[in-house]
Parts: sequence; C-alpha cells; structure tokens
Amino acid sequence: MPLLEAVRLALQTIRVQKLKSFFTLAGVCIGVMFLITVVSIIDGMGRYMKEDLVGKLLAVNSFELRRRPNLNMGEMDPAIWEEYRRRRRLFISDLLPVVEALPEGTRWAQESENSVMAVSRYARPRSTRAIGIDGDWFAIKNVALTDGRPFTDQEMTQGENVVIIGPDMVERAFPGVDPIGRDLRIGTTPYRVIGITESRGSVFGISFDNFVIAPWRSPIRKLLNPEPQMIDAVVIQAENQTVLMEAQERVRGVMRTRHKLRPGMKDDFSMETSDSALEFWNKLEGYLLIAGVALPAIGLVVGAIVIMNIMLVAVAERTREIGIRKALGARRRDILAQFLVESATLSTVGAMLGIALGIGLAQAIAAATPLPASVAPWSIVVGVLVGAGVGIISGVYPASRASLLDPIAALRQE
Amino acid sequence: MSQHTEEEAPLSTTAERQAIVTSAGATPSKEWVIVTRGLKREYDMGGEIVRALRGVDIAVRRNEYLAIMGPSGSGKSTLMNIIGCLDTPNEGEYWLNGQLVSTMKDDDLARVRNKEIGFVFQTFNLLPRATALANVELPLVYAGISSSERRHRAMEALESVQLGERVHHRPNELSGGQRQRVAIARALVNRPSILLADEPTGNLDSGTSEEIMRVFEQLADSGQTVIMVTHEPDIAAHARRVVVLRDGQVASDERREKFTEKLGVAH
Repeated sequence: MPLLEAVRLALQTIRVQKLKSFFTLAGVCIGVMFLITVVSIIDGMGRYMKEDLVGKLLAVNSFELRRRPNLNMGEMDPAIWEEYRRRRRLFISDLLPVVEALPEGTRWAQESENSVMAVSRYARPRSTRAIGIDGDWFAIKNVALTDGRPFTDQEMTQGENVVIIGPDMVERAFPGVDPIGRDLRIGTTPYRVIGITESRGSVFGISFDNFVIAPWRSPIRKLLNPEPQMIDAVVIQAENQTVLMEAQERVRGVMRTRHKLRPGMKDDFSMETSDSALEFWNKLEGYLLIAGVALPAIGLVVGAIVIMNIMLVAVAERTREIGIRKALGARRRDILAQFLVESATLSTVGAMLGIALGIGLAQAIAAATPLPASVAPWSIVVGVLVGAGVGIISGVYPASRASLLDPIAALRQE
Repeated sequence: MSQHTEEEAPLSTTAERQAIVTSAGATPSKEWVIVTRGLKREYDMGGEIVRALRGVDIAVRRNEYLAIMGPSGSGKSTLMNIIGCLDTPNEGEYWLNGQLVSTMKDDDLARVRNKEIGFVFQTFNLLPRATALANVELPLVYAGISSSERRHRAMEALESVQLGERVHHRPNELSGGQRQRVAIARALVNRPSILLADEPTGNLDSGTSEEIMRVFEQLADSGQTVIMVTHEPDIAAHARRVVVLRDGQVASDERREKFTEKLGVAH
C-alpha cells in the first residue's frame, strides 16, 4: 500500500476517534514539548553566554593578560584559588616590554577596575564600577559614544581628571540634566564628564551600563588597586587568529622572562580568550543538554508505552478488518506497514503538537523570567523525528501481531 | 452405467474429470480452473485430531457455476478456505488456474487471493468506516494499481451491480442487498478467475436473496466461474452443478437437474 494512502488512513482514524487519539498523543506531546522547551532555553543561554556575556567582556580575536582569569564559571578548586591569590600582580612596568614584543597587526589597551562611590550635585552618592584605561580601549572593546567626545591623547598621557560615563550613570547621577561638562566626584576627586557611551545591555538581569571610565594615569588609579603602579589587565587584539596566536606566544615569553620562570614551571599569569572563558560553559552545556534531554525522554518512554497499548487495542478491535484485508490480498508486510504508519502518524501528530506547545512555553518562560530562549531549528527536526521514531518503535510489536493473524480466525471474529 | 451419455452422467464420474483428478503432479490444462487431488486437512483441537477433509477430488471447468453443499461438520468451510487460498491442505494438490497453490507460502497465497479470487461473504465483510467506492477499491490497492485507475475500475464495478448512485455511501447507509452487491463489486473488480461466495444469502431476506441470485445468474451467463458454499438446498439449486460433501468427502457431484429432481422427491 502506498505510504500516502496509509498516512491518510491513519489521519482518518485519528479524526474519527478524537478523544482516544488525544490521550494516545498526550505522552509524546508532553515529552516533545519539554524537550523543545529545555533545548530552547539551553540554546538561548548558550547564545547569551557567547554573544552577550563573554562577547561583551572579551572582544573578538583578543586576549587579556591578567594575573588570573577574569571569568571564573563553575566550581573552583580551593587549591587553584590559593595559587591565584599568591600570583604576582601586573605592574605598569610590564606594559612597555609586552607592547614592544607585539607583532604587526595588533593593538593594545590596559585596564584596571574597581567598585567606587560616585556623586554629583544632582543626586545621592551611587556605587559604580570605575575603569581606568589606556591605549585603544574603546576601539578594542567596541564601545561607542552617544554623546560628547573621546579622551584626547593628552588627557590620556597627562592623566587629566576627565570621565566618560555609562547610560546608567547618566540616569543615576544626573537625573534630568545633561551630564556633559558637569562634575562627578569619584572618591574625593572631581572629574569632568566629557562623554556618554552607548548602552551595552544586560545579562541575566544585570546591567552592563553602570560604569565610569577615566584615563588610568588620572588619580583614579589610586582607587583601583592597592598600589597605584599596579594594573589589572593588558588587552591585546589581533587582526586575525594567526596573529593572535603569535602575539600570545610572544607575550608569554616576555612575561615568563620578567617573572623569571624556569622551563617546566607553569605560567603564573593568565591569557584569557573568549574560547577559554567559554570552556566551562561548553562543558556545562553538554551536561545540561544530557539532563534536559534525559528527563523528557522518560516522558517519551511513557508515551511509547501508551501508544503500544492503544495500538494493541486497535489491532484487537480491528481483527476482522485485518482478516478482510488479508482475504482481499494484503500481504503481511502490507498489514505491518499499515499499523506502523498509523502508529508513527499518531505519534508524529503528537510530536508536532508538542513542538508548537514547546515553542510557546519557551517563549512564555523567556517573557516571564530573565532566562533567554531561542528555538533551534534542529530541535524541531529532532522533535518530529523523535515523534516518528517513538511511533515506529512502539508500533512494531502490535503491527507484527496484526500481520501474523490467521485470516480465517480473523474473519470469524465478531 | 455404460449407457449414460455425457449430459446425464454424474459429473464426478465422467472419464475426463476422472483422468484429471487422478493424474497426480500433472499441471492441468487451461480449461480447468480448479483441480484438487486427494485434499486432506486435519486440525489438532487440543490433542484431538479432527479430520475435516479426507481426500477430496474436484475438477472445475472455466465458466462453471458450482454449489458446494453439506451439513455442518461436513468439511465444506474447510474446503472453501482451501479453495479461497486462506488455508493450505496437509496433503494433496490444489491447482488454481494452472498454479499449484497447495505448497505456496503466505505472501504468494496473498497474491493469489488478490489476483485469482473474489470473495463474497455471508456477513458482507465491508470495512464499516470506508465508502462503497473505497471498499471496492481495496483489492486494487493491494494489486498496486494507481489511484486514478482504481477509481475508474471501482466505479465501473459498482455500476455493473446498479450501485453507481451510491458510491459515496458507507455500509451502514446501505440496505443488506445493496451491501452484498457492493461486496460482489469488490469481488469482481480485480477480474478474478473465480467468484467464491460463502453463504451469500445467509443474512438476507428471501426477496433480497432472489435478487442476489439473479446477479450470480447473470455473472455465470457472462462467463464468470462462480463457486458458492451454502447449506440451503433452494439456494444451491440456482447453481448448475452441485457438490455435496459428507464427512470430509464428496458424497455426490451432479448436474442441477438431477439434484433438484432428488430434492423434489425428498420434499
């Protein structure tokens, strides 16, 4: 019997027995729904991690030379923390040798940051993140200004008291007034606001816009590190991956020499790329996917058992029909195919309902909570295939029972 | 005995038939649509062996209209199942349209049922959820015929039994006689070698029975081989040859005239 014919027959059976079909489909439907929801949320979180969180903190084709990695996700071994804590700090004196060692096609910046209190005449003191920078920081971090102007070279080298603020600070420190040209006191020192950056959005509900940026050489550096000669990080961006690797090797050499590390000793500094920061997430994502797929899979197993049961009942109820079909020339494989297709169609319809509900649920969760969701096209394909697969697997036994029925006995059935 | 002409002689004893049913292993010639040689069928009913057929020899020529009669337990259902290729004998040969069916396996039997046999059942056995048209198309589906061709042929078959107006009705929207005519259309749609009817009037009132018998009459006149299994003598009397089974063997095999004559005596 042609496949299309068999599918039509199966759909007709579903239409005729709506309620029974609904209960049959419920298991697969719910299983697939959660599968799609979970996969969508994990996928959304992954996208968030890569594009928003890490993407905002670590620029493309760049690495950050630091005492220890800035992004530490997941469980950390206390021994590693202890080792991190003992590491030597980076000093401004490290910057020049590092920069001189860089290959062609790279640019650099350095930064230090700390939490500080900032206050203007227009609002109460606010806690904010102060960043002291030097080099091509705005270009590498891809931070554009929406108002005002960038630092001049002179302001950078002289360490003048000027500051560029994030959108949150505009609202919090200068409600209702134009901040440009006005004073913002950071710690005890007044700084003149010369620019406002664009918004960098938020991740998991945490704003990325609450910061003030000043030249590192300005007095702000006294607030950032225990000693004013210390820096947090040197950021190096290369024009491509090859240059990036070359730059990493050279910087490693310089730093090992400066820290007098013998061959065989481990680096006592970190060179963090977006890949290394995502390493933990990639691992976690794998576990989450396994858990997220395993739990709905239990639902699918239950769904499969229900379908098998219903199909066994269907075979028993339709014994006479099977007898008639056999008398008219249906071979075993025709009967087998008929019931397999019916069971697969039933299950696929359930899976499609589940996909629709799953997409809806994922969107609802994304709307109601800070959890992101993005429906991966592959998960829809997988959902349909899983549905058909569950149907076929759970249909095999009932269908083979049907195909092996003796036509004479089947015809005699009332 | 020797004075009997061909016309008057009991059919089973004519030399020609005798020769054909006794020459074991030989493929019958084209004119013989059914030849059985020493058919035996036994069932194991929980340790007890039931011998339903004990050596049945029958030869049916193309275009014959034959009734198989017998009391219950005579083996007529078993014989019908074997002739209908729903069952195979334990022993003996069954040749259908030049093919040795008795040794065939399941899938080949299904193919033979599809191509060579048109079933008409006592309880009609139509699919309840399918329209008359879809029911008649069913054998063509298993024959692998394209849907447009199927539709065309099914329409033709339904028109030939005067049901051209009711093709989209479901069985429960049709009368008993109409249902049986749908079943006849379905049996004929694949142009089978034999029309095999099992108590075709068993569920019909006498008026409708006559109507169905007239359809069979017309089919036989047009050259269709018809084999009808029944326990009702007046239905069997419509056939042109009557085989009576008793205890799993052929008890008599006679022309209708002879049979009705005896029937008249019995009444």
